[in-house]
Amino acid sequence: MNTTELATRLQKAVAERTAIDSLNAEFPDLDLDAGYAVQRVLRDAAGPLVGWKLGVTSRAKQAQVGVSSPVYGFLPGSGALDIGEPLDTSQLIQPRCEPEIVFVLGRDLAGPHVGAADVIAASSGVAVGIEVLDSRYRDYKFTMADVVADNTSAARFVVGAPVPLDGIDLRVVGVVLEHNGEVVATASGAASLGHPAAAVAWMVRRMAADGEGLRAGDVVLSGGLTAAVPVVPGDVVVASIDRIGSLELGCR
Amino acid sequence: MPVTDAPAKARALYEARRTRVPIAPFTDAEPDLGMADGYAIQQELVPLLLADGDTIVGHKVGLTSKPMQRMIGVDSPDHSPVLGSTVYADGDVIDPSSFIAPKAEAEIVFVMGSRLAGPGVTVTAARQAIAGAVAGFEIVDSRIADWRIKLADTVADLASCGAVVTSSRIVPIEGVDTRLLGMTLTRNGELVDTGAGAAALGDPVAVVGWLANVLGANGVALEPGHIVMTGALHAAVPMKPGDVFRAEFDRLGAVTARVGQLVGAEESA
Repeated sequence: MNTTELATRLQKAVAERTAIDSLNAEFPDLDLDAGYAVQRVLRDAAGPLVGWKLGVTSRAKQAQVGVSSPVYGFLPGSGALDIGEPLDTSQLIQPRCEPEIVFVLGRDLAGPHVGAADVIAASSGVAVGIEVLDSRYRDYKFTMADVVADNTSAARFVVGAPVPLDGIDLRVVGVVLEHNGEVVATASGAASLGHPAAAVAWMVRRMAADGEGLRAGDVVLSGGLTAAVPVVPGDVVVASIDRIGSLELGCR
Repeated sequence: MPVTDAPAKARALYEARRTRVPIAPFTDAEPDLGMADGYAIQQELVPLLLADGDTIVGHKVGLTSKPMQRMIGVDSPDHSPVLGSTVYADGDVIDPSSFIAPKAEAEIVFVMGSRLAGPGVTVTAARQAIAGAVAGFEIVDSRIADWRIKLADTVADLASCGAVVTSSRIVPIEGVDTRLLGMTLTRNGELVDTGAGAAALGDPVAVVGWLANVLGANGVALEPGHIVMTGALHAAVPMKPGDVFRAEFDRLGAVTARVGQLVGAEESA
């Protein structure tokens, strides 16, 4: 198994908008660490980063794929959509949208013992986010190592205007996802690992093993709070979080 | 064709409630029974319960979520009175032997501040009539064996209402976006599910408006002090003896439902 070759296959899938089969099926020795090594190759080629993202943060999703911890990936600036900017689905393979609580870091944060309270203290604000996932694997059929190698299905994302955390309990704050005007899912912040800041803290601790951490100004998508909804041209997705705001994403 | 012998069916449900021995679904023998038949039976059942000294303290609205409506095959909610004898306070120990197959549903509960009578009740009028909200559980239970319910069966059976648990702090909802009101449910300290107000008919305040209009068609009003259970914000969770359920609502606080142990029952796992 050659890490660079696997990364190249994933890059080719993106460029050609063509899904591939599970790499893990072909390379049984692709484990979680190897998955992160592949992701690192992608990251080094991705240009400037704006932040990070969590994946597989819900208990339901973890049970579904048979794991007990989340995964993380990187957010290249090239994946950012601006507020109000439509999603061009023609650039993607099988896009799905999910609502997320986004942390904006006010200062650097790193270390093996970081907890949820540290994440909150280091954040200058929180925002509504919509993450657009686009697995490079056919029909989203992948193993944990596969999805880590594929940068946890990251494709596009939009982040709303940040607001101060003052008085917002992110564990119970309500979240509503609408698809073409219909409420398709609701949740509270606890849907991500019990508390979205705990999800971010997990990632910071995991990054510390590689001597990495968060930098002031980083945005962190703290994990999908509902099932992701598939989108096609003409669709509109609205994510709303109580007291934090709403984002509307049109697809074309 | 109207439902055959609604009084006898109501009596069967009354006995099932009393003995905790469930009955077969009415729709087994009469598959054509529909929503109107269910309400006809419910209207026979309620007086039997009131004759025993029970009271009506409010109403529940069920089938408020799209997934539940799809499961039962309807496109509207259903409703039933809530009986005073079935109301528990926050933290009370609930006797599991009072139920047949109970499940917990965390719900936003409104307390009416003024009388509200349909028809013609708008969402804004509904909101103005609400004094405030409390955190609540509905314990749904079915007097129909194994929850094998069709629409007529559950409507007849007081919309499968078993009991309710409410917190005591009535929080005014002025300026609160009830659609976005979040809820986190734990069982024995472990996260079970989450949700927000919009899961109930898009907005729990809209549930009150819907209820007032439906009741109004029968000359019934929502009265000051009445509670309105606005519908589950998540999939119902089966309750076992010893379980402690806690629903924490943003802005409203928490409500706890403690299931007691079965007394004199076989050892349960």
